[in-house]
Amino acid sequence: MNHVDLHAISFRFRHVWIRNLITYRRIWRVNFLVPLLEPGFYILAFGLGFSGLIGVVHYAGLDLSYTRFMAPALVATACMWNAFFETTYASFVRMYYQKTFDGILATPVSLEEMIVAEIVWAASKSAAAVTVMLLVLIPLGYAAFPGALMCIPLAFLAGLAFAAIGMYFTGVIPSIDMFNLPIFLFITPMFLFSGTFFPVSGIPDWAGIFTLLFPLYHLVELTRYFCIGAMESNALFNLAYLVLFTVIFGYLALRAMKRRLIK
Amino acid sequence: MNVIEARDVVKRYGEFVAVDGINFGVAGGEFFGLLGPNGAGKTSAIRMMYGFSPVTSGRMKVFGMDIETDWREIRTRLGVCQQENTLDPDLTVEQNLLLYARYFEKEQTRARERAEELLAFFALTHKRNAQVIELSGGLARRLQLARALVSDPELLILDEPTTGLDPQSRHQLWDRLAELKKRGLTMLLTTHYMDEAESLCDRLLIMDHGRIIAEGRPRDLIAEHAAESVIEIEAPDAALKDYIREHQVKHDDLGERIIIYAQANGTLESEVRARFCSAACLFRAGNLEDVFLRLTGRELRE
Repeated sequence: MNHVDLHAISFRFRHVWIRNLITYRRIWRVNFLVPLLEPGFYILAFGLGFSGLIGVVHYAGLDLSYTRFMAPALVATACMWNAFFETTYASFVRMYYQKTFDGILATPVSLEEMIVAEIVWAASKSAAAVTVMLLVLIPLGYAAFPGALMCIPLAFLAGLAFAAIGMYFTGVIPSIDMFNLPIFLFITPMFLFSGTFFPVSGIPDWAGIFTLLFPLYHLVELTRYFCIGAMESNALFNLAYLVLFTVIFGYLALRAMKRRLIK
Repeated sequence: MNVIEARDVVKRYGEFVAVDGINFGVAGGEFFGLLGPNGAGKTSAIRMMYGFSPVTSGRMKVFGMDIETDWREIRTRLGVCQQENTLDPDLTVEQNLLLYARYFEKEQTRARERAEELLAFFALTHKRNAQVIELSGGLARRLQLARALVSDPELLILDEPTTGLDPQSRHQLWDRLAELKKRGLTMLLTTHYMDEAESLCDRLLIMDHGRIIAEGRPRDLIAEHAAESVIEIEAPDAALKDYIREHQVKHDDLGERIIIYAQANGTLESEVRARFCSAACLFRAGNLEDVFLRLTGRELRE
């Protein structure tokens, strides 16, 4: 019973997903303000403050205004933050402070189902946040309609990847304060060097190799493709990387949580 | 067939042996107690019963099925009221019950009926829309017990259900548990309150250092390991000590106090009363606490 049992995963996980949804419904109005207002702030700040310095950005053979270049990356980073925060801080609170997991593990729900539910829930939050952002970006002309709508299922898929690695950290971290470490060493560099604020083609090759390992880079490429119809990489390769990342860290997350909870 | 059947069950955490080969059975409809000082292995034993902790060796059977393989089926049929508050603080009282019923895939209309029954049974109906975070300790405990019963289990596991409650809440909870027993529910209880175990349990076992050191009905255990009647004598003098030695009286010498175990209304009792009770003497009935302290010792454990 100490190893990960993939046969213990059934559709029963949906009950834990519903539990999270019902809990979240109490605070969703406040939560949805963030994705609604965030793109506005960024576009205003970069549009007013940055465009004058930069002029145009050369990306995939196009000359883009800086805000048009950056807007799709906002969609991608929102996806990342939503999923990662959910399976780190929020899951840790449920596990450690609220003992929610202990309560669930006295029912016919398996540990594997509970962890899958946490990850799927976090990905659902990512997809919801991206939906709200598109409600702002599409009318403003920063995301093409209807192509940009593909960002919603994409946010779910990439959300699984970020949620899985977040859950893995939750499984191994001793205390909630220590999440600073993966955020500082992993999330922050990824946030800065994934082609979010400048095209990856502009950085040296040796640094570009690290960029290729970041799931956010692959997501940014894909959101840019769906929002402005151009990209500098291969969409299938990007998708395959995100799937592979999810599978690997999903398994590692299950293993880490099993070791942590089952004694 | 026993509802719970433990055969040579061992639980090891690395080098540390928490449960060291226990054997016991709990029959259907029985109210069974599991007692022991902190660290005796009670919680480890309970966690193995509902498949939270894997059994290191031996067999733990519940409803005749092996917990290792049939954990899902077993957990569908039992309810657990854990020691710590594991309620969802962000949800209302009613939502806590209904969402928990979902984990058991209980049909929603049936779950609603069941929740309604339980709210009434535990006097929570007026609090149905209250947030759990606002509940007092007693109310939260009642809700946790109600939640453990929402799936209509055949076996209820209670891990220290009355710890930290005020006397009113404790008595009300005992009353509810007695009512559940009357309805034929099988229950397994751990507690540090010996009066609670004595009045609720049909049968119990006492564990220490991972082993079972006594098992039986509370009355029989008291008769065997303590006595019907107990005399506590403060500041015992040499004459009393001589008398005890001479007559080989069953007793415990605590230095400042001597406890004598006697038969009710026997000659020993009347003789002690007449000869040694000029100062402070307490005559009382023997109880489970005497048994517990005699068997597990009076030293602090942690």
